[in-house]
Parts: sequence; structure tokens; C-alpha cells
Amino acid sequence: MSEAAANSLEHHEPETSTGIPNKKVLMWAFLGSDCMFFGTLISTHLIYRKISATVGSNYLDIRDLFDIELTSFSTFVLLASSLFMALAVSAIHKGNLTSTRWMLFGTIIFGGIFLACQVYEFTHFVHAPGNELTLSSYRGEPHVFGSTFYVLTGTHGTHVAIGVLWLVGWLIYSFTGKMSVSDALDVECCGLYWHFVDIVWIIIFPVVYLMEYAF
Amino acid sequence: MATESIDYASPDTKSKVESKIFPRPGQHVSGLVDWLTTIDHKKIGLLYGLTALFFLLLGGVEALLIRSQLWSHNMEVLTNREYNQMFTMHGTTMVFLVIMPLSAAFFNFIMPLQIGARDVAFPRMNTLSLWCFIAGGLTLNLSWFFTGGSPAIGWFGYAPLTDTRFAEVMGDMGPDFWVFSLQILGIASLLASFNFITTIINMRAPGMTMMRLPVFTWMTLIVSFLIILAFPAITIALAELMFDRTYGTNFFDFLEGGKPHLWQHLFWIFGHPEVYILILPAMGIVSEIIPVFSRKPLFGYGLIIFSGAIIGFMGFAVWSHHMFTTGMGVVATSAFSILTMLIAIPTGIKIFNWIGTMWGGRIRFDTPMLFALGFITMFMIGGFTGIMHSSVPIDAQHQDSYFVVAHFHYVLIGGALFGLFAGFYFWLPKMSGRLMNEKLGKLVFTLMFIGFNVTFFPMHYLGMIGQPRRTHSYNEGHGFETWNQIATIGAFVLGVGIAIGVYQFVNSFFNKKLKRAGKNPWDARTLEWTLSSPVKEYNFARTPIIKSRDQAWENNYGPKEKHAQKETLGDHGVHMPDHSWCPLVTAVGLFVMVLGLLFRQTIEFAEKFVATPYEIAIAGGSLFILGIVMWALEGPGGYHLFPKESEE
Repeated sequence: MSEAAANSLEHHEPETSTGIPNKKVLMWAFLGSDCMFFGTLISTHLIYRKISATVGSNYLDIRDLFDIELTSFSTFVLLASSLFMALAVSAIHKGNLTSTRWMLFGTIIFGGIFLACQVYEFTHFVHAPGNELTLSSYRGEPHVFGSTFYVLTGTHGTHVAIGVLWLVGWLIYSFTGKMSVSDALDVECCGLYWHFVDIVWIIIFPVVYLMEYAF
Repeated sequence: MATESIDYASPDTKSKVESKIFPRPGQHVSGLVDWLTTIDHKKIGLLYGLTALFFLLLGGVEALLIRSQLWSHNMEVLTNREYNQMFTMHGTTMVFLVIMPLSAAFFNFIMPLQIGARDVAFPRMNTLSLWCFIAGGLTLNLSWFFTGGSPAIGWFGYAPLTDTRFAEVMGDMGPDFWVFSLQILGIASLLASFNFITTIINMRAPGMTMMRLPVFTWMTLIVSFLIILAFPAITIALAELMFDRTYGTNFFDFLEGGKPHLWQHLFWIFGHPEVYILILPAMGIVSEIIPVFSRKPLFGYGLIIFSGAIIGFMGFAVWSHHMFTTGMGVVATSAFSILTMLIAIPTGIKIFNWIGTMWGGRIRFDTPMLFALGFITMFMIGGFTGIMHSSVPIDAQHQDSYFVVAHFHYVLIGGALFGLFAGFYFWLPKMSGRLMNEKLGKLVFTLMFIGFNVTFFPMHYLGMIGQPRRTHSYNEGHGFETWNQIATIGAFVLGVGIAIGVYQFVNSFFNKKLKRAGKNPWDARTLEWTLSSPVKEYNFARTPIIKSRDQAWENNYGPKEKHAQKETLGDHGVHMPDHSWCPLVTAVGLFVMVLGLLFRQTIEFAEKFVATPYEIAIAGGSLFILGIVMWALEGPGGYHLFPKESEE
């Protein structure tokens, strides 16, 4: 952090016992807790995945439904958005408002593309002719895969959506003329959240999608 | 107050948006507005305590109704369904609305004082967690007035009892209220825990190293970590249940491929750490009280802390001992059996350390010490029966019998509640500034101790001869009557004891005839006793520089080099954050949104004003978001105080 940034933070952020700002400790504690949220959801999905491999008497092959190319693309986009986020944090620390604004904008766009892909995917899965996957059924028969799949990926999507709203908030704020290097810590906390949501997807993508092609 | 104060607005504060919708109350507010917008950890602690004591009486009445129903064979005080509702509400209320918030009351009030901080790290978030807790309590108890009445599914909500298809009453809303109230209470607990973790890690006074922290503060830290790691499991389980009930998913629906067994795993993976969330605060309180009334430093400080951490850690690895009879297989049951036996070791270490503290001490039997001793003995009985249950064959015999009821009431009343009452008798003089009547306190202890044992000790025997728990009535000829009648009499004695205790606590704030407490009425050892009673709004006029573990004691009796020093006051004085409406607005928004999500039919407020659930949810959600946005924009704000050094 530059010296100017350190000075401007002085009044807002009192000295702490560890030297780490309070907001950052809070964010890390929250992310630790959030790990357990996703841990529970991913466990639920994995437990049911093998137990309910059949529909009625037919073996269930979810690969008939998955569009792995699309999901790989949206995965790439989401991971790429983390680069923009990192650059936005770096820019605000240096006090470069224009660059911060553009990088925030990029993160929002890439996050938005990911969300759009997910909306398309969900709609497509629910209406796939002959392969309808709903919350409670697959191919018209009662099934659990839809329940665990939609609730797990939907919870992740909600996290992304909240992140996008948070970033939009920053983008609007950057046009009020009040944004300065003293907001660097808050933007950085937002960045921590964004990276975490990306990392969770790095686990969900192999566990929910890729594994169907391997095991 | 003799303190001079100036209005303060730094350039940063001025640049923040001043809300016109919810103008911020200034520095000099009083009465209702003060209590609604307060961000002072001490007032928040008091509100937590007061609300929880109210729920204690409510849950107690539910318990007495249960005991009346069981007075004799085939009684009809309550119907089947009412009985199920009573034990569900009693369990949920006592765990989530009594023991946890009472602990939170002490965390809030005492912990910042013990580490030499002026407030918690995020004062407004602290207020939000208070209002969320109250909203959760309201949501749960609103269930009485809607279709189906309150939930009748047990505090554990086992699937498939919660399945809409098996509801006793068509369109039963009880379980929905239960799900949503636990979700709001979860938010309250999580927010509070993030706050406490940050506060303890980051806001210790200079010289207050981790190994100088009072044991109560250490237990606050451990419990906070337990909460943030255990609550997500039940949050997700409840979310899955909500999807099952509202949107037809099949998570726990065995007719369509779901596994009710999974609910038990998810519930107990939260539920077992929850047991330690309930008991560790009481252990922390007792570890503070016993050294004071034995006139000795705590024996084995490091071991007590380490044991607490080990208990917290292992608490995550024993949940399946609640499920020994569900058929998990030999390997799983054996592993969980061994781990459950192991967890008795750190618990035993703590008990020996407390005994070691008393050994050779000059013990004073004041009311807090009596409750602390009651805690140790009663908790040991509950602990022993717990070790019995870790053995799978014995557990299979005791499962769902009154023996289990006896076991966990020994842990939760004899343990947690006695510990918390000890805390009240110990710390209330610090909160109210007045000492309570010792004779009345000893009467409360006697009534509670006798009533409690008369109620719950016979239940061991009742369970052994086969009385099942969670069962509305029993037939003649089993020989259950005598001991049930003794237990019921005991329950009323316990109820009278608790009622007098609660009266005494509340009374101590209003009765001007009680003796003034002064700074340190018990000649206690930790930092909060260096402050005046009641504590000033800024806590410490000068931040202390800590030199030793038992700082208050060293200040009075220790060598000069161990006396605490004081930091000088900077040019800005003591920075006090402003009151704020935002936490209340946010919590009200959340509450209304949850009600909207709960209702399935249109609500008529008046003849002409009709709202669909959808509209209520939108209105609540908008208020919720408005609250958060105003919160973000208003900033911490604040004013500066310049107290004299003697005024603390």
C-alpha cells in the first residue's frame, strides 16, 4: 500500500492487535463460514449422486442433458473475471479511479455473462424435450438429481448475483465523485468475496459436471 | 455527567450522505429512541438478557404443562397434538431463545470489558444481530396463531415428520414458521460470532496477549468459531427442507428417492457442536467465578483453554452418536463411539482444574459460588450419563427413553442454566451498579437445586423401567405414576425458584434500596472490575496497558511493576460512534420479508387493505435493502468525549 493510502486510512481504521484491519478479519471469518455452507451442499449432491443413479428402472445418464461446452465457456469467463477484480483492487490502492472503474465494469460484465449462461442452462434443462430435469423429476419421473443440482448451482449463482450487485454499487459510487483511495479496503473485501465465489466454482465444476464424464 | 464533550464531524463524515428518511439520532437521546437505536454493547447485552429471560419463563410454562400432562396415567391436560407442540416449542425455545441468547448477553456485556476494548468491532452489526434474534423469537411464537398452530415436529424436526403430505392438519404452517425462525436466529448468531471473533482477535488492549485473556473471553472465541462453522450445516438443511415443503424438491422425501437419514446427519452435524455452544460459555463463567471465591488464581489456565479448544474441535467429530440406532453399520458406530469416549477427557480435565483451584483456597459461599458449585456437580452427573451413552449397546437400550431426557437436562439445566445464573449473580452488580440480596439469592439457589434434582433424577429410573420420551400419555400398570408425580412437584419447585431469580435480576435495576456495588464488590481478578458499576458508556477513560493475567487483582495486591498503566488520551479524545436506525430498519425488513415468504394465502389487514404474500415479501425485501444501503452510506459517524482519568 502506498504511503498516501496508509495516511488516509489512519482515521478510519484504528490500530488493531494483529495489524490486520477489522473488516478483513470479518470477511475471512465469513468466508470460512461460507465454506461450510457450500461444503454441506456439495456433500448432499455427492451423497445422492450414486444412490439415485437410476430413474425408475432406467440408468440415468445426465450427459444426455449436460452441455459441457457451454459450461466450460462460462467457467472460463467466471475465472477470467477474477483477473479484472484483482486489477480493480490494485488500481484503487494506487488511487487510479479511471482504471478502477473500468476494471469493475469488466468484472460486472464477465459475472453477468456467467449468470446469463446459468439462466440459459437452467431454462434449457427444464424444457429439454425428452430430458426434462426439474426440481423434483427427471424425464417425468420423481428424482433427486434435479433437487441437488439446482439448489447447489443456484446457491452459487445467488452468490455471484449478490457479488455483481455489490460491484454495481461500487460502480455507481465511483461516479459520485466521493470514491477515493480511502475506499481501498472496502473494495478489497468485495474482491475477497468475489475470488471466494470463483474458487467455489472451481470445486463445483469438476464435482458436478466433469465427474459425470469420468466416473 | 462532568465530561465535557464536543460535537464532532470529521471531513470524511461530512462527505457521507446524510439520510433524510432515517435521520440519525444525535448524541443526546434518551428513552425509547435510545434503546431502539443503541449501538452500545452493554445495552445490547442487557436487551439480549431481558428478552431471553422472558423466553425462559415462556419455555418454563410450556415445560410445566408437559409435566402436568404426565402427572398420572392417561391424563388429558393436553391433547396429543398439543403435547407434541409443547415439547417442540419448549425444546426450540430453550435452546435457541434462552441458553444461546443468555450466553450472548454475557459475551456482549462482559467480553469487551475483559479485553480492555471500548466496544465490539462492528457496533451496528451487533445491534442488527440483536434485532434478528428478537425477530426470530417473534416468528417462532407467531406460529401459535396460524393454520395448524405451532410446529409439532420436535426441536430436531426429523424427516419425514416435516413432509407436507404427512401433516396432521391440512396446510399446517407450524414447520414453516419453525424453518424461517431458525434461519433468522441463524443470521443473528452468525453476525454476532463474526463480530466477537474480530473483536477478540483485533481489539485487545496493549499487553493483552492471547494467553492473558480471561477464560470467559477464550470460551467466547471458541464458541464463536463453533457457531460460524456449525450453523451453515443447519442453514442448508433448513433451506433444503424449505425447498421440499414449498417447491416440491425431494431432498428428504423417501417416496421420491430422498433419504430422511440425511436430515439426521445434517441436523446433528450442527446439533452436536450446538451442545458445546450451549455449555462452553457456562464453563467460561464458572472458570471466572471459582478463582474469585476461592481466593486463588485459576489452576491450570493453559490446560483449561486447551481443553476448551479440543472440546470444540472434537465436537465436530461425534455427531453420529445421536444416531446409533439408525443402522449406520459397525465401523461408523464404533468410530463415533470411541471419539465420544475421548471427548470426555478434556471435559474431565476442566473439572479437575476447577477442583484444583478450590483446593487449599479460602472459599466464600456467596450465591455465584453456590451456583458454580451446583454447575460442577450437576454437570458431572450429566457427563457421566453421557459417557454411558457413548457405549453403543447401552445407548440402544436408553434410546428414546426418559433416561436421555434426564441426561440432557442435567447438562443443560444443571450445567448451562446453573452456570448462566452464576454469571447473573456474579456480573449483575457490574451491570446495574447494585448488589442483590444474598439471602434471596441463596433461597433461589436452594429452590432451583432441590427442584431440579427432584424433577430430573427420577427420570433416570423412569427411563430404565421403560417410559418412552416424546409420548403424550402412559397406561396404568407400568408403575410410572409415583415417580412422575414426584418429578412434576419438583418441576413446579424449580419453576418457582427460576421465577424468583428472574424477578430478582430485573428488580436489581429498579430497586434503589439495594446496596451500591462499587467497583469491585467480590474482590475479583479481571479487567471489568477496575471500572465503575454500572460501566460508563465509553468503558475505559484511558486504555489500560496490561501487565498480567489477573490484572485487577495485581493492581490491588501485586508488585508495582505488574500494575496496569494507562495510555494517554489523544487530541481526538474517545471516539464514540453515533446511534443508528439502520439495524432496526434492516431487521424489520427481514422480518416482514420472511412473513411474506411464509404465508400461502392472502392476508386481510383491514376490510379494504388486502395484500398477497408476494407483495408482503417484496415490501419487506425492499425495506431490508433500503436499510442496508442507508447503512453503507451513513458510515460510522460519531462524536468525541474527553472523560477525566478518574471517571471510569
